[in-house]
Amino acid sequence: MMIPFNPADLIAIQPELVLLGATCAILLIDLFIKPTQRDITHWLSIATLALTAWFVWGGAPEAAQGVTAFNGMFLHDGISVVLKQFTLLTSGLSLFYARNYMRERSLLVGELYLLVLFATLGMMLLVSAGSLITVYLGLELLALSSYALVAMNRDSAASAEAAIKYFVLGALASGLLLYGMSMIYGATGTLDLAAITGKFGQVEHPGWLAFGLVFLVCGIAFKMGAAPFHMWLPDVYHGAPTAVTVFIGSAPKIAAFGLAYRLLEGGLGPLSGQWTLMLAILAVASLAVGNVLAIAQSNLKRMLAYSTISHVGFMLLGFVGGTAQGFTAAMFYIISYTMTATVAFGMIALLARKGFECEEIDDFKGLNQRSPWYAAMMGIAMFSLAGVPPLFGFFAKLLVLKAAIDAGFLWLAIVAIVFAIIGIYYYLRVVKVMYFDAAAEDSALPLPSDVALRWVISINGLALIVLGLAWGPLFDWCNRAFGI
Amino acid sequence: MITLAHFLSLGAVLFCIAVAGIFINRKNVIVLLMCLELLLLAVNTNFVAFSRYLGDPAGQVFVFFILTVAAAEAAIGLAILVVLFRNRSTIDVTSIDTLKG
Repeated sequence: MMIPFNPADLIAIQPELVLLGATCAILLIDLFIKPTQRDITHWLSIATLALTAWFVWGGAPEAAQGVTAFNGMFLHDGISVVLKQFTLLTSGLSLFYARNYMRERSLLVGELYLLVLFATLGMMLLVSAGSLITVYLGLELLALSSYALVAMNRDSAASAEAAIKYFVLGALASGLLLYGMSMIYGATGTLDLAAITGKFGQVEHPGWLAFGLVFLVCGIAFKMGAAPFHMWLPDVYHGAPTAVTVFIGSAPKIAAFGLAYRLLEGGLGPLSGQWTLMLAILAVASLAVGNVLAIAQSNLKRMLAYSTISHVGFMLLGFVGGTAQGFTAAMFYIISYTMTATVAFGMIALLARKGFECEEIDDFKGLNQRSPWYAAMMGIAMFSLAGVPPLFGFFAKLLVLKAAIDAGFLWLAIVAIVFAIIGIYYYLRVVKVMYFDAAAEDSALPLPSDVALRWVISINGLALIVLGLAWGPLFDWCNRAFGI
Repeated sequence: MITLAHFLSLGAVLFCIAVAGIFINRKNVIVLLMCLELLLLAVNTNFVAFSRYLGDPAGQVFVFFILTVAAAEAAIGLAILVVLFRNRSTIDVTSIDTLKG
């Protein structure tokens, strides 16, 4: 069978081609510059992400009609445009926050930028995937880059341990996901997600589909970090260099939403009666585990890792209805979470100094006396994570709760609210430490003087207020992506 | 006569051995990496069997992709293992427990 090549397909993957080409160019350029000129790589990487975002934006009008390329392997639709824009934005932000931290530890090498760019390429492919092959390839490009990023600090035993844990559990999750994919392929005889949905009526062995679905949901839950498949997440966030935690804690969550949406709704939509129930159970487990265990943490990175688990639980509330309104709410939620998480993790990276990680909650004691502005930014991030109005996180929570109630899961919404209230305790503890505790003697370290970094984190923090007050345009954009 | 069911059983048995190996193994990390490879090979068996049974070559194409990614994955896994060994002078699974809470 000869499949003709359609040159118009190249236009659909233009942003990915630009990103790939520029990343390869940066790979070469980085080999020829001196270590002291690493700023060239930094700004080229940021420019590449901006250029890619510009191309994604340029392709948005035709994406609104829902274009498929390469015989359905690649989907170019409104959802992928929104997810790609925010993936590129948060990847760029984490590169900004990473520079100072990595330079002070002599870790500012070209690999950091290349791995982040390749991971971004993987995420863009993943959120546009129209076939099981592209889902797998996008996911692995992201995962393999992330394993290497976590192990960046080669002289740190904690980093190495986090990396091996991440690697083993991540590869196990990929194995589960692939086993599920093989069962679904066996039942439907196709790898194309749209065709899988189309063949549901004439499936010979429905048992294989159900079997495959269970493995797929387990694999997705592993990748998202939903309880009870969350074991790797706190260790990885804790062990990785903070600058890397900023990255793996933000953009990949958007990609995980894309993964779940493409596979479950895009491929197995007719089975939504089964998977919504599984996701509801995962949501309850994640909310409980995340919010309760976060209280016991004294390390801020670990606390934020458990908070991530609880936020994944909240996002899953949007999925339980299996409706477009629900997916819109889940997408809005994950965007709001990643924007807030970049501020919270970015602030840890920003306040860290050579030989001082600033990752214990006690290290934030009296931050308000030293820098009221940074304390305010961190405070905004904590209030937004807790879901206090009028910040970004509040409306996101409101929308997913509404989606869950509309879907008839009132009990689930009540459980979520109870755990959200428990969660407020540990977010407010950080605020209390910053504003009402006296600074420790030895923490009188100089604050960063990097002007670009100061501006970026301030804009990122203030965006949480602005988007909290004017969330309409973003919500409309999400709605349009799902055709509502 | 060897049927599809035989191949699927083989795939399932290999998959279970691999998962059991990951969870029961208390000895060293290299065995973990071998189990991960076995996991992917179990999936490959499934894909090839289905592909032959359905008369659809797409499954075998997927196997090529999985094999390629598995090679890259093994390379990264072994690299991380080397970093781990240099830092701790041991690759005992039970000693990888400093991060917890």
